[in-house]
Amino acid sequence: MNTKNDLILDINNLVVHYETVEGTVQAVNGIDIQVPHKHTLGIVGETGAGKTTTALSILRLIPDPPGIIKGGEIFLEGEDILKISEKKMRKIRGRDVAMIFQDPMTSLNPVHTVGAQIAEVVQLHEGLSRSEAIKRAGETLEMVGIPAERSTEYPHQFSGGMKQRVIIAIALACNPKLLIADEPTTALDVTIQAQALELMKDLRNRLGMSMIMITHDLGIVAEVCDDVAVLYAGRIVESGTVREVFKSTMHPYTEGLFNSLPVINDKGARIKPIPGLMPDPIELPEGCAFHPRCPYAFDKCTKETPELRYFGETHGVACHAYDQTGFKLKRRG
Amino acid sequence: MAKEILRVNNLKKYFKTKRGLLHAVDGINFSIEEGKTLGLVGESGCGKSTTGRLILRLLEPTDGEVLYKGKNVTTANKKEMHELRKEMQIIFQDPFASLNPRKSIYELISEPLRWFKVYDNKAQTLKKVEKLMETVGLAQRLINSYPHELDGGRRQRIGVARALALEPKLIVCDEPVSALDVSIQAQILNLLEDLQKEMGLTYLFITHDLSVVNYFSDDIAVMYLGKLVEKAPSIELFKNPMHPYTQALLSAIPSIDIDNKKERILLKGEISSPINPPEECRFAKRCNYVQDICLKGQPELREVSPGHFLSCAVM
Repeated sequence: MNTKNDLILDINNLVVHYETVEGTVQAVNGIDIQVPHKHTLGIVGETGAGKTTTALSILRLIPDPPGIIKGGEIFLEGEDILKISEKKMRKIRGRDVAMIFQDPMTSLNPVHTVGAQIAEVVQLHEGLSRSEAIKRAGETLEMVGIPAERSTEYPHQFSGGMKQRVIIAIALACNPKLLIADEPTTALDVTIQAQALELMKDLRNRLGMSMIMITHDLGIVAEVCDDVAVLYAGRIVESGTVREVFKSTMHPYTEGLFNSLPVINDKGARIKPIPGLMPDPIELPEGCAFHPRCPYAFDKCTKETPELRYFGETHGVACHAYDQTGFKLKRRG
Repeated sequence: MAKEILRVNNLKKYFKTKRGLLHAVDGINFSIEEGKTLGLVGESGCGKSTTGRLILRLLEPTDGEVLYKGKNVTTANKKEMHELRKEMQIIFQDPFASLNPRKSIYELISEPLRWFKVYDNKAQTLKKVEKLMETVGLAQRLINSYPHELDGGRRQRIGVARALALEPKLIVCDEPVSALDVSIQAQILNLLEDLQKEMGLTYLFITHDLSVVNYFSDDIAVMYLGKLVEKAPSIELFKNPMHPYTQALLSAIPSIDIDNKKERILLKGEISSPINPPEECRFAKRCNYVQDICLKGQPELREVSPGHFLSCAVM
């Protein structure tokens, strides 16, 4: 295990709910996440699993109301950011922790030049003068592979892939320690996605950043991440190194995700979808939230919520099936 | 030899824009045999959806012809077209945008039946709707629900039921699973596959997702800026991609195989503009193998090995 000092981010028992007229949306229900320095953690899950809510909590950007951080601690380099003032938090956002959002088409301001949008960040956090900031904006653009001359252009003059590069540039302008990327390439074409992923990997290594990569694409996790946490209905159902989770999959949901993917090299293998649907986060099932869709579920699963327990140093799984000695998943070969 | 159900000859669609003529589809040729699936792959703006719409004549082509069972769709008159529409249907990409929010599931699924006056009484129509719902895996209790009450997977099942209502032979599937989560995506893919087996359907499967298309298709055609660059049986295409674009596209798919890391081919730049494209090969600007000959124009598709067609002057 990592000692506290090695961690850039240490989240303990985070609970986030949204109070709506229809009822309480239980988005995140007790999550523990540890990210060591210079590591990349992948957070995987389907729509509504709580991926984005977790990310927004780290920046304290949960819209309130209706969102409430009900409990838990988020330590950023040893300091609990849930306890600090909003003024202090503002200094952290963009400087220590930066975020890349999913949609490059909507996260840039259409009426400001891209240079001005990058300069804003450095001016704010590093107290540079306007002209110094503009110069830095140009350098940052060069870093993501866009000629500095283009800093006077507006977002509409850029293609989708280029816009995403600008967003990466904004996020990296202040050399953050932790970069949170929320589905950064989902809106991009596959060849452009490959370029953006290479760029992010390269910059991460050069700048020595830690990263959280939120995605629904297990392929991206395999290519970019060291560790992975699989989220289902606001809980981590399995976590560990990428090798552990991919090669010795333990949770039935993780298995279901893998079985849902077409295998590129084996056309004959029929995909095996997970039956049923994600549960409504307003009315989560009793016990393990996955039990109505789980082929291995038994009595206990309908009553008690399983806690994450560790098999080996880093491989955690939250599943009652492992109470039975010798239990093993039969993952599609 | 199976019967050919669809043939596309030199199909073109140009759109007039302020900045010039946009060559969305620029002279493509292919055919599909009955009961088979042709995957049409490409990135945004390559013309794959336009091709799908041209085949169903939801758009009028600029040039070329579409032959359905030997009959020219592009010159069919109104009455003939009415009959043809029963045979050729489409499933759209976005189940959130393609269903009228003010219509119930019953109204949505029965709409094609009523439009074509398939049955002369309500009871028969209702029976057919119930049967269709069963076929696509929608619970009967949802018959009076509205689209907003349903999740994406169920909405896409409505789209499938609508497409199946008239018992068509050919279905154009335009990115039918792109908007869905992986586990739901797998459910819909299996459904489409089962339906094909049961009803002998022919699919034109349009997608940007190569792993999906490989799973689903007998043949794959790769499209780039309005032109087909390569076409081959899917196993062959994945084993032996020949066009530089196909190679790059295949290498760009993020793979879950952590032990066999493949060499990734990174392309330069991005797709160029389809407006007034230059004479040269459409891919020349991004190609890692570009030579002088490529600037003279794009070669026609030629057969390089049985069933494997390629449009490249260098390879």
